[in-house]
Amino acid sequence: MTDYLLLLVGTVLVNNFVLVKFLGLCPFMGVSSRTETAIGMSFATTFVMTVASLLSYIVTTYILVPLGLEYLTTMMFILVIAVVVQFTEMVVHKTSANLYRLLGIFLPLITTNCAVLGVALLNIYEQHNFLESIVYGFGAAVGFSLVLIMFSAMREKLANADVPKPFKGSAIAMITAGLMSLAFMGFTGLVKLS
Amino acid sequence: MASVIERIKRGHFGTFHGGIHPPQQKFLTSDKPIRAVSIPEQLILPLQQHIGIPAELQVKVGDKVLKGQILTHSVHPMAVPIHAPTSGTITAIKNAVIAHPSGLSELCLFITPDGEDKWRPRHICTDFNQLSNNQLIEKISASGIAGMGGAGFPTQVKVSTREDIQYLIINAAECEPYITADDLLIREHSPSILDGINILDNILSPKHILIGIEDNKPEAIKALQQATAENEKINVCVLPTKYPTGGEKQLIQILTGQEVPAGVLPSSLGIVMQNIATCFAIADAVINDIPLIKRVVTVSGQALEKPQNVWSLLGTPVGFLLAQCGYLNKDKKHIIMGGPMMGYSLPTDQVPVVKTTNCILAPTEKEISSPYSTGSKEVECIRCGQCSDVCPSQLLPQELQWSAKAKDQQQLAILNLFDCIECGACAYVCPSQIPLVHYYRIAKSEIRQQKQLDIKAEHAKVRFEARKERLARDKIAREEKHKAAADARKARMNSGSTAGNNEKSAVAAALARVRAKKAGQVESAKSAVPATPENGQKSQVAAAIARAKAKKIAAKTNPATEATSTVNNVTSKTESPTDDKKAKIAAAVAKAKAKKLAEKSLTSIENISIVKKEVNEALSSDAETKKSADDKKTKIAAAVAKAKAKKLASQKEKSITSVENSSASNKVIITETEAKNPADVKKAKIAAAVAKAKAKKIASQQEKSEST
Amino acid sequence: MSVIISTLIAILVLGSMALVFGAILGFASVKFHVEGDPLAEQLDALLPQTQCGQCGYPGCKPYAEAVANGEAINKCAPGGEDTIKKIADLLGVEVQPLDENHEADNTPKVAFIIEEDCIGCTKCIQACPVDAILGTTKQMHTIIADECTGCDLCVDPCPVDCIVMIPIAQTPQNWQWDLNNIPVVQLD
Repeated sequence: MTDYLLLLVGTVLVNNFVLVKFLGLCPFMGVSSRTETAIGMSFATTFVMTVASLLSYIVTTYILVPLGLEYLTTMMFILVIAVVVQFTEMVVHKTSANLYRLLGIFLPLITTNCAVLGVALLNIYEQHNFLESIVYGFGAAVGFSLVLIMFSAMREKLANADVPKPFKGSAIAMITAGLMSLAFMGFTGLVKLS
Repeated sequence: MASVIERIKRGHFGTFHGGIHPPQQKFLTSDKPIRAVSIPEQLILPLQQHIGIPAELQVKVGDKVLKGQILTHSVHPMAVPIHAPTSGTITAIKNAVIAHPSGLSELCLFITPDGEDKWRPRHICTDFNQLSNNQLIEKISASGIAGMGGAGFPTQVKVSTREDIQYLIINAAECEPYITADDLLIREHSPSILDGINILDNILSPKHILIGIEDNKPEAIKALQQATAENEKINVCVLPTKYPTGGEKQLIQILTGQEVPAGVLPSSLGIVMQNIATCFAIADAVINDIPLIKRVVTVSGQALEKPQNVWSLLGTPVGFLLAQCGYLNKDKKHIIMGGPMMGYSLPTDQVPVVKTTNCILAPTEKEISSPYSTGSKEVECIRCGQCSDVCPSQLLPQELQWSAKAKDQQQLAILNLFDCIECGACAYVCPSQIPLVHYYRIAKSEIRQQKQLDIKAEHAKVRFEARKERLARDKIAREEKHKAAADARKARMNSGSTAGNNEKSAVAAALARVRAKKAGQVESAKSAVPATPENGQKSQVAAAIARAKAKKIAAKTNPATEATSTVNNVTSKTESPTDDKKAKIAAAVAKAKAKKLAEKSLTSIENISIVKKEVNEALSSDAETKKSADDKKTKIAAAVAKAKAKKLASQKEKSITSVENSSASNKVIITETEAKNPADVKKAKIAAAVAKAKAKKIASQQEKSEST
Repeated sequence: MSVIISTLIAILVLGSMALVFGAILGFASVKFHVEGDPLAEQLDALLPQTQCGQCGYPGCKPYAEAVANGEAINKCAPGGEDTIKKIADLLGVEVQPLDENHEADNTPKVAFIIEEDCIGCTKCIQACPVDAILGTTKQMHTIIADECTGCDLCVDPCPVDCIVMIPIAQTPQNWQWDLNNIPVVQLD
């Protein structure tokens, strides 16, 4: 039990996918201009990451490995992720047309979110078992959401502030992200995973 | 509820969040009595001095009015009447600058006093306790009383509430610096104020009456306590001095501990608040039949030699009061109506005192710096947070400022912008000297205007859809009608009756004619003359029009010949044997004028009006000689000429255009002179309008060719 | 030989996975089907509803539908920069400046018929998209000012040119707190 908790804390804070591993930066920069879109995107990505890591674990363990087709891992994972994202998109469109419109192109772009593929592949690399895979995927998603929502709140304030002209827009956002990354370095050594 | 009143009797009061302590500056006027001033030379009375709509005018220019005479009549509860402050004559009813921060003008009555100060008949009420509620409210309404604390809400609406009233709160806080009007009024007239409070007690029957007053007015407190000593119901509550204790929601929170939620009126919480000066006015109205025609105004500021409270007649220009108090306008210092926190600068000193004016400030530059003289001292927000510390409405002024500057209306709604009471405490403490309230006011007006536009757009959409439906319905109805008529006709034609057979043969003959025409059209392509002219005159007209058209096409390259040829046209026309001598002379005159105009360059507007006048003259002289003097004809021609003149004025200045137009107008003269009988008059009218349209089209074509 | 078999197995596995997932998605697309195109309605709600036709479409709804299908967003002249910004926010595209074909004069105006000149031809009544003109043939026409949207479609059809556009006056009620524009009276 403690192991899973430590794994979760480690994935959310210490090895945060966005600010430490620098994966998933595209939606991080693209959706974070408003907090509403950030919250919507974080829900969608959480769902996709958890389900995708679960499905990819099952596919690897019960189809690819027994048949000796490990070389098809990347292709299969992309297929799985694309299907999950498409499914998520349909669900979002049905339940909240407003959110669907707000997210726009970034919803199908979760497919190309390297954090999702990263989680799936890292599960294989770290040789996690079933439960560990789920926890890892969920933790990655929580870490992504945490950072995304914090960043969007800061960007909303920055939008109204008196930023000097050369720094307006993406420039100040990048600088802020870099400073956040520096801050998250403070978590190093918090959790020691054996 | 009992515990609240117990606390009040013990003298324990609540508090509101924030608040500031600006220097009070009341020493300038608090030690002098209220002074009566002489009647000014002119009184300016705006029709609307309250929140709501103006009442209807009862008087007109030149009327003599008596003091207290009603000048506007109220037909709506939100319309408060105004009365003549003194006897005199109404010299004007026109737009003048009113007491509003915009400096815009509204309708005002101008009264010149006759110096006699003669009252209209008054009926004194000896015992107001005998009057019913409705009678009391009627008297209040007829006396034009609105809230005198600064907002100007119609009092009769406020006291007509049907709610069960727990607390009647009398606002004597007067928390703004400099102002001592209520203070002096209490000291000098507390018995009348008490009468007013008792009248309100009769109307509203509250459980408790609370008078909220700040502790910086010791004499007034003593006067109130003496006056209310026998009345158990009334409690004089002495509150610590803090700005803005006098705000409605803040005072309610201090006295009763209740916070009034956003968008809710205090009356739904069982609380009614009235300013103490309004109580005095109510007493005067009900007992002495004196309508609201004067009020106490604090005239203060260190630019005055004798700052003092004065009894000012409503409508007195501010400049008069300032002169009475020794104002030296040497350096054109600015004037503020209202207090230093919530007042506004006046663009001119002829702005009149109205029902809501409690103070006029004439500060020196060191006291309050003028917005006109210095540039803006505003710098960037340093996010210190002092503004939210002092906000009495517990808002976040810093966030409001960011969102207001970024025009983020969604965020402003989340931050409750409309709960801001515009007290100015945040702007007072801001170290960056940002005019916060100014930004909020702009944002509020933008949001209000957007709401109005949205409503209008929705309305227009509904009308547009309705119109589309109407057109569709009409089309269907028309088609059905045609179909029914066609069916009926077919039935008739096939029925075999004589009428039907006649129709059939008529149709066949028409078809044959069309075929023949089509065959013969190739040969007669050149003749543009219409068939079967009824008399030689008409054919002449037609020929002339055709010639003019041809010449016009040629005129685009050679304006001079056009002018002369048109002139010749006129000449040839008037030489026709059917015209009589006078018409010939008139036409010759017209020709000469046209020639003169064609030679001048008609580019200025004066010349255009000359054209108009001359055309008119030519036409009118024609009309007279013809004895078919038709008003309509001249009117139409005048309209035609006017439209052309307008067109000329708005176009670029080119002589070609003007010549074209004068030729067109000459054509009009031609058509007009030819018409003799009523049928021709009508044709002439139509032709005139058509000619004008053609002239316009030509002119616009000219414009297009010039601009490309 | 085993290479061919393993390749075949690989292809089979991939193909069958794809089929299974495809079936799931197809089922889901039917179950979660969304009707209609609310985007056009949302766009229509942002437009000023003057129905003037300056954008080239016969009304605001057709333009909203066109924009939903990819039309340029900078064609609404009465809406001005504000509307372009709102549409850009809604669609998530870049804000564009107003099309140069339109005049920049955006002050709200109301039409007014000069009654001495009106000849009762009903041409303006037929042109008004919101039926804001009252009148019939040979009778005086007048404009209901409250309903007029200021689209000025009525000005051109009038044969005697008797319709003018008057800017809406500023009253203390609709004043916009523009402290730089207060008329100051000069004292002697």
